Amino acid sequence: MHLALFIIFGGLCVAGALNLLLQRHPINSALSLIVVMSSLAVLYLLLGAEFLAAAQVIVYSGAIMVLFTFVIMLLNAGKEERTHGSKMAYVAGFPGAAILLSLLTYIFLSHRAAFDQAGLDDKFVTGTSALSAVLFSHLLLPFEVTSVLILIAILGAVALARKEH
Amino acid sequence: MVPIAYYLVLSGILFSIGVAAFLIKRNIITVFMSIELMLNAVNLTFVAFSRYWSQAQYRLNPTNYLQVNGQIFVFFVMVVAAAEAAVGLAIIIAIFRARNTLNVDQIDLMKL
Repeated sequence: MHLALFIIFGGLCVAGALNLLLQRHPINSALSLIVVMSSLAVLYLLLGAEFLAAAQVIVYSGAIMVLFTFVIMLLNAGKEERTHGSKMAYVAGFPGAAILLSLLTYIFLSHRAAFDQAGLDDKFVTGTSALSAVLFSHLLLPFEVTSVLILIAILGAVALARKEH
Repeated sequence: MVPIAYYLVLSGILFSIGVAAFLIKRNIITVFMSIELMLNAVNLTFVAFSRYWSQAQYRLNPTNYLQVNGQIFVFFVMVVAAAEAAVGLAIIIAIFRARNTLNVDQIDLMKL
């Protein structure tokens, strides 16, 4: 059951990411990125991270991707054109990414036995209470600092995107 | 049962696709989206290792074993990614106003 769900949603993730890479129009890339993020939320649920699965759907596939599609539509972004720089990127990009992938895969699979196996038991489900118990006791100061960070980011975004007169 | 290494391999695949998209894509918005893809891949690694640590801890101490540090890292990454997306898209809007293009090959000078 776990393996079947992992294969389905992991396959959806990889398919969406490849679609992001291959599509020429940014709005298609944005929509395939939403697929990737939503299936990642399912994978978080499979790993027992309940709160993060909800936050992934709300923050990533909700807020951030809506912002992306909004900007794409606002700027009326069309198809990207092929230029000389993109040929250089093909020559350097695909082999580099392939080397990175094969290295990571080799390292992870050669230590496969040392990493455990994850099943579908609710012993390891981390709810909101377990997360907030740590977040609001040991990590209260970083949590409050991030709220200041968000405030500064809002102010910066408004200042940057404002029309100058 | 799925080996946790498979989750790590999946996140490696997603990260490599993100790197390739970052290098190959010419539209500045798509380049920014591939950065988000890489952040998501790293988040999956954090969650998988958090699960692994909980399971390792369960064998040592079956009463108090849940380890949430990795998930808290993911929480902070999400917060920072939200802030980064807002500021980055505002910068993209400002660039588009100044240059009237979204192609990264034509945005290669600091001055206007």
